[in-house]
Amino acid sequence: MKPAPFGFAKARSVEHAIALLGEHADARLLAGGQSLIATLNMRLSAPKLLIDINALDELKRIAVAGDWLEIGALVRHAEAERSPEIARHAPLLALALPHIAHPAIRNRGTIGGSIAYADPAAELPACLLALGGELVVASKAGRRVIKADEFFKGLFETALGPGDVLTAVRVPVAGADSRHGFAELARRHGDYALVGLAAAARAGGKTLRDVRLAFFGVGATAIRAPTAEAAVALGTDAVAALARDLDPEGDVQASAATRKHLAGVLLRRVVVQLAEPRA
Amino acid sequence: MTERFHDIALTVNGEEVRERVDARKTLVDFLREDLDLTGSHAGCEHGVCGACTVLLDGAIVRGCLTLAVQCDGARVVTIEGASDSGALADLQQAFQARNALQCGFCTPGMLLTAAALLAQGGVPSREKIREHFSGNYCRCTGYHAIIDAVESVARARAGGDA
Repeated sequence: MKPAPFGFAKARSVEHAIALLGEHADARLLAGGQSLIATLNMRLSAPKLLIDINALDELKRIAVAGDWLEIGALVRHAEAERSPEIARHAPLLALALPHIAHPAIRNRGTIGGSIAYADPAAELPACLLALGGELVVASKAGRRVIKADEFFKGLFETALGPGDVLTAVRVPVAGADSRHGFAELARRHGDYALVGLAAAARAGGKTLRDVRLAFFGVGATAIRAPTAEAAVALGTDAVAALARDLDPEGDVQASAATRKHLAGVLLRRVVVQLAEPRA
Repeated sequence: MTERFHDIALTVNGEEVRERVDARKTLVDFLREDLDLTGSHAGCEHGVCGACTVLLDGAIVRGCLTLAVQCDGARVVTIEGASDSGALADLQQAFQARNALQCGFCTPGMLLTAAALLAQGGVPSREKIREHFSGNYCRCTGYHAIIDAVESVARARAGGDA
């Protein structure tokens, strides 16, 4: 299939992109394009205008600012994978990145694009939830910061409005007591997960606190599992607790019962990872 | 500039190309239809199969998930260019020797994907090779021969046994 016709404009700055979004109804931002162009090819979407933001170098930085690691929205997955700052300050992201699609797609796909697209089976939205991350958004009204917990609203639906540009994601810099875990199951390495789990916690003596478990592929968005989080912190049966948190739907890839079972399998694996001190 | 048609200038396999393109035209269709470089294959057209793999500014990308209009100012290398330069000769010989292709539809993408892995240096594990090729479908070989071929070239380049 081929895309329906559309106009094309290159944004010269974030302000220019915002202006173009304001001037044209039915316009879409084009970042890495690794999901958007597929949906254009399949004619699942047919915007009137694509606004290419790939030339905006201001969105390509990775930098530590205080207690936060800020990653520009246009940082590509492959660049993030190679980033020493991300390996050091956001080890959960470093664990998750190799699971995103395939090398040729990671060379183009962007961190911001994955977040803004908000596929329910994607890795990065769950990582941001687990880390208690934030999203930096620019619009005509100025700049605002949205917590990851309030960003993912529904299936492919986020807190971004039609005039918004996601400019960066921020995650807290990992400390010596930070613990992380990541696991996912997919039919083929790099495919969207049947079930996945991104987790973060803090080590406190022999137990864990601030446990944050974010499952993906088991609902309309990546979701926290509060009952299981409490169980992990208390050292009680977290897999049994998980039954209260998850209510996945079955589809052609896996039944609801299979997904629930696999979520428990992943939780067992990730709890082991959380108990390990940082390398 | 919010028009549908745009003038682009890029280099393809080292040659300068200037064309007027429809914004909706993907890079792989541009290469095949406008430049007659039919070595890059359009398979699934939604990023799953890897048959359209080309090099964009030195990195492997999906030709079906990149628009030609985005390649203004870029450097594109296709299987034709990579093959003519001799850079893939040992990989091509290994693919042939080990029957790592049958119909050949996936082969251009496989070769460029292999070259990108081997450019990282060293001898990757079979697991690493499999992971690297996770985005390239082959419906004939069952992959083992492809992994064998890539592994043998990695060893040969590293100076070990082929």
